[in-house]
Amino acid sequence: MCGTCGCGDPELVPVDVHDRILAGNDRTAAHNREHFQKWSVVAVNLMGSPGAGKTAMLEATARHLPRGVRLGALAGDLETHRDAERLERAGIPTVPITTGSACHLDAELVHRALHDFPWQDLDYLFIENVGNLVCPAIYDLGQAANVVALSVTEGEDKPLKYPVMFRKADLVLLTKIDLLPHLPDIRVEAIRDALRRVNPAPALMPVSARTGEGLAEWLAWLETRRASRRTPAEAVSVS
Amino acid sequence: MHEYSIVGALIERIEQLARERRAKAVHGILVSIGELSGVEPDLLVTAYETFRERTICEGAKLTILPVVARWDCPECGQAIARGAVLECPRCGRPARLAAGDEIVLERIEMEVA
Repeated sequence: MCGTCGCGDPELVPVDVHDRILAGNDRTAAHNREHFQKWSVVAVNLMGSPGAGKTAMLEATARHLPRGVRLGALAGDLETHRDAERLERAGIPTVPITTGSACHLDAELVHRALHDFPWQDLDYLFIENVGNLVCPAIYDLGQAANVVALSVTEGEDKPLKYPVMFRKADLVLLTKIDLLPHLPDIRVEAIRDALRRVNPAPALMPVSARTGEGLAEWLAWLETRRASRRTPAEAVSVS
Repeated sequence: MHEYSIVGALIERIEQLARERRAKAVHGILVSIGELSGVEPDLLVTAYETFRERTICEGAKLTILPVVARWDCPECGQAIARGAVLECPRCGRPARLAAGDEIVLERIEMEVA
């Protein structure tokens, strides 16, 4: 390189990209979503802390839904197939996804799991994400809705502390409300208020998988989602 | 720590762009990270320092542009105060996130022959 005119110096070229770093995941998620819509499967991404009651909610859902409604699940966990086994025992065909050290599911993991699974016949596919209030919120999986399970024992301010997760929630299931009589410091109204400060369309539904309280509302919410899905024939007629 | 998988996706993307343009090296990377993106800039830098070795980004400086979260009314444009209930105080409509969920590769600086 010459110090006079710079000849021989490498040429530096700026390249404008302006693209989401997770564009690859977004594409796979869009592909998953297309499949779900084509087969009229309502895919629900169920998130929440470890121990929030995600698996218990799905077990209760299976118990209370009318016969003939077809459920399936993908269950993400760092280790073990325990959740998948519980769901299977509850009558929900389930594919376990063991993520190893990864703290979340991504669209590719979901896509791969679907290859081993007759999901096309389902009414609902529940994707039980890894128990974590941070990472799963970032990855689109192709779901129709995000549902976050928040148990009453987790405190009133969780939505304020984890705004990324609660902003993405189409519905927050406030679980374990049968414990409320033992928790004098937990006010449902305070949780509702916290949610309104991080989510512009807040929906909070108090439920108890143990007593069945609130499950009728949850099943009605699911039914609304199912009713609003388009069957392939309808999709053709409106296009 | 999803920051590792974000860096993985970032480097993959840059390697692809560098191949397309036959670049010899990458000197600089500019990324914008929103306050509500769920990505921690410090953790992203740590993950990047670990991952860039023996990739085309080995000598590339990563610059992060933090983006503050901003909510406003989609109808009348009224800004919503930080920490307030996310509806327009004037017309009552649900607020819209105007900025702050970015996880975006903005620009890279490549060395071409």
